[in-house]
Amino acid sequence: MSAISLRVNGGVHLVNVNPETPLLYVLSDELHLRGPKFGCGLGQCGACTVIMNGSAVRSCVTPVGGANHAEIVTLEGLGTPEKPHAIQQAFIDQEAAQCGFCLSGVILSAKAFLDQNPKATDDEIRQALAGVLCRCFVHARMFKAIQQYAKTRRA
Amino acid sequence: MTTRLSRRDFLTSSGALVVSFSMAPLLEPLRSGQGQFDTHLSHVDPARLDSWIALGADGMVTAYTGKCDFGQGMDTAQTQLVAEELSLPIERVHLIQCDTSVTPDQGTTSGSQSTPTNFNSSGLAQAAATAREALIKMAAQRLGVPASQLTAANGFISAKTGRRVSYRDLVAGKKFNLTLDPTAKRRTPGEWTVLGKPVPSLDISELVTGRFEFVHNVHLAGMLHGRVVRPPAVGATVVSVDEGSVRGVPGLVKVVVRKNFVGVVAEKQMQAAEAAGQLKVVWTSGIALPAQQEFYDYIRKQPSRDVLLVDSQDVDQKLTQAASVLKATYCHPYQAHGSVGASCAVADAQADRATVWSPTQSVYPTRKGIATLLGLPVDDVRVIFTRGSGCYGLNGADTVSFDAALLSQAVHRPVRVQLSREDEMAWGENYGSACVIEQRAGLDATGAIVAWDCEPWAVSLGGRPGYDHPGNVITGALAGYEPQAVTPRSAAEPTGELRNGNNAVPSYVVGCIRGKCGGAGSIRGERVLSHTVKSPFFTGPLRSPLRLQNTFAHECFMDELSAHAKADPVAYRLRHLRQPRLIDVVKAAAQAAKWDARPSPKSEGRHGQIASGRGIACVAYEGDNGYVALIAEVEVDPASGRVQAKRFVAAEDCGPISNPAGLRNQIEGGILQGMSRALSEEVTWDDRQITSIDWSTYHSLRLGIAVPVIECVLINRSDVEATGAGETAITVVAAAIGNAIFDATGARLRQIPFNPTRVKAALEARG
Repeated sequence: MSAISLRVNGGVHLVNVNPETPLLYVLSDELHLRGPKFGCGLGQCGACTVIMNGSAVRSCVTPVGGANHAEIVTLEGLGTPEKPHAIQQAFIDQEAAQCGFCLSGVILSAKAFLDQNPKATDDEIRQALAGVLCRCFVHARMFKAIQQYAKTRRA
Repeated sequence: MTTRLSRRDFLTSSGALVVSFSMAPLLEPLRSGQGQFDTHLSHVDPARLDSWIALGADGMVTAYTGKCDFGQGMDTAQTQLVAEELSLPIERVHLIQCDTSVTPDQGTTSGSQSTPTNFNSSGLAQAAATAREALIKMAAQRLGVPASQLTAANGFISAKTGRRVSYRDLVAGKKFNLTLDPTAKRRTPGEWTVLGKPVPSLDISELVTGRFEFVHNVHLAGMLHGRVVRPPAVGATVVSVDEGSVRGVPGLVKVVVRKNFVGVVAEKQMQAAEAAGQLKVVWTSGIALPAQQEFYDYIRKQPSRDVLLVDSQDVDQKLTQAASVLKATYCHPYQAHGSVGASCAVADAQADRATVWSPTQSVYPTRKGIATLLGLPVDDVRVIFTRGSGCYGLNGADTVSFDAALLSQAVHRPVRVQLSREDEMAWGENYGSACVIEQRAGLDATGAIVAWDCEPWAVSLGGRPGYDHPGNVITGALAGYEPQAVTPRSAAEPTGELRNGNNAVPSYVVGCIRGKCGGAGSIRGERVLSHTVKSPFFTGPLRSPLRLQNTFAHECFMDELSAHAKADPVAYRLRHLRQPRLIDVVKAAAQAAKWDARPSPKSEGRHGQIASGRGIACVAYEGDNGYVALIAEVEVDPASGRVQAKRFVAAEDCGPISNPAGLRNQIEGGILQGMSRALSEEVTWDDRQITSIDWSTYHSLRLGIAVPVIECVLINRSDVEATGAGETAITVVAAAIGNAIFDATGARLRQIPFNPTRVKAALEARG
């Protein structure tokens, strides 16, 4: 066990856990965050995605020890239902969700990529999402929402 | 939404079985040990209006439904329905879904049955209409004005004179004390102001901002974490469990063994996962599995349960006399639901009662199963639906609910069970059934079909547990309950009306049983003999169960017949159809797609180059529960064997449309999910166990694919009953793609998935 300082969505949390614990378990079980979710536990689907120091990472295969002092953002940290972030608003506008379980992977992977590559082409965006799963297959609307957000980044 | 009852509200109220009615305070307080409105816990009487609708003193209407939302939009559509019938804005309606203590037992939310059940002349729709008429009647008395001169709007009943009374003043907080009135008039589609409108999903803001509470997010005080240890091989049973092997795992609370069910409980989730991975269990070696390579032949050699759906008794004769006879065999693999989230449930089982937060589609049947497993009276078990990852059928939701209940009972504390990805895909799932479908048809000299002979073979083991078969999913079976298996039986002569719930009968035959013809087509020579055999793996409904498999075979075979007759596939279908709604969707899709009318395949395709083609497929889903035609346009790369869908055009008729926005989302998702299933999904196994156990071994199309253009033509009919729509479009996707590949290349694919290896093999076989 060791004391780890997590900076999540603008707040600081001290947790005393085994540093090998997947970051996802700490975020969902200890901090009760609902954004990142357990999809596969293998880093294969994206449902557990968080943005850590500006990059999208899979929190189910990220030991919490490696997140000490890192800046972590989950879906909750982007915006609120009353005041959603631009990319969340784009998903609302395009009605780009069915069950919604995959959204951390879709939204945060796209956001981190576009923030780092604001001039990315559609093909590059597709490549960035090649490892993300949505099994309700809301692909068409999700891609439109991401394009809508990309437009605001380019502007 | 801030109006959601939090899970804590349920818990903190007196006795864990009493719901908190903070949203709809009632005049009479609830007594402990009783459910809503004094109804008996085991049966929220669906005949009573108060079981469905409550008017709160705050002006909110609370509606109770037994049909729940997994992402298919039933929350929004049912909220619209109640708002419409009660002439209220949607914000004033709060829907409570699927909770055995407060909602009526509506069985399972499945099979595109929620709309037919709750949006026509029964269930929630009839309750809301009854409530509206009751309010008008009460207002008539109160205002001294005849009911015929009153109108309801915005929470008030008003007379033409301007006098009005609010719903709140009429009944707020009190019971209606009425039975559902089967004659209460629904508002007609022409009058609709809320229903029929494209209302965006009510939960989307919460979903995209990470506020929505999934079952994975339920936290109870003192909650522990459980994991399960499944057998390493099919049919393996426990010889011994070495508890000493996990003694050193920190936080371990208990190793739980019940017959062949093995699980662990620990303080933290990682500790539970570690203990499950480390626990030494000696298992028997299990059964020898039939080889996957020869599985489709194996199926046809097994003893079977046979059903003769139609038989004109002249098929053999007609085939003998036909100018030409075609035969083909189609194969469909087991497929997984593959929910993006591995299933999870939370249970709090005490000595004398249990509450389970479950993503099940069937709260009441699941409650019975849990009561059986725990040895509790059914009234002392409460199952609260809490959304999980999209399920598309019988994924791990029911089995994980059983897991959580068993583990919680063993430690007398609340336990959250998270299945691992492998638990879900190797064992948690009841796979969509593998099928072999044999087709034979005869054509006369003009190319008209004179006889159609079809023999579908499907595999089955277990299925939905229902009320009485907990062994139909793996946890119940491991705990000692037998799964329902196929009892071989020969077929009897068909009687009664045509039953085509599995779409085993092609759309093009007359479907006559003793002179009564319920089919959608005109072919008089008809025979459909279905066979069900025992599956080595658990099976269960997967979005459009058997309907998709059968339709794949029928619609591709129809294309083969059309090509043989050198006819245009659309015109050839229309030549053999007589069901007007099915004819209409075929015509509408062809028109919207600007269908290139000519026989398939395209003649100008040259070897070695990327070939493009178009294909059509259509179906009357379940015979009469929704109509769809789909045109697929694809490109086939002969070098790689890769199939790329470029465009889909769907025309769908599901009667009066409740929510066109939700419907479009369902059609689009259904088409792309169908494309993934057609092009790449297949459950695999070796001699002992399932080998498609994660996303590197079970191949789903990812978000990065080039998404084809999808166009939907919605045929909105107001003069018929509403049908389902969630499973309609997916039913025809594999056939439409297969037919488009044939059109592009002249190669016919008869086995799903159409992966590059199979496409290349088919191209080579074509020569």
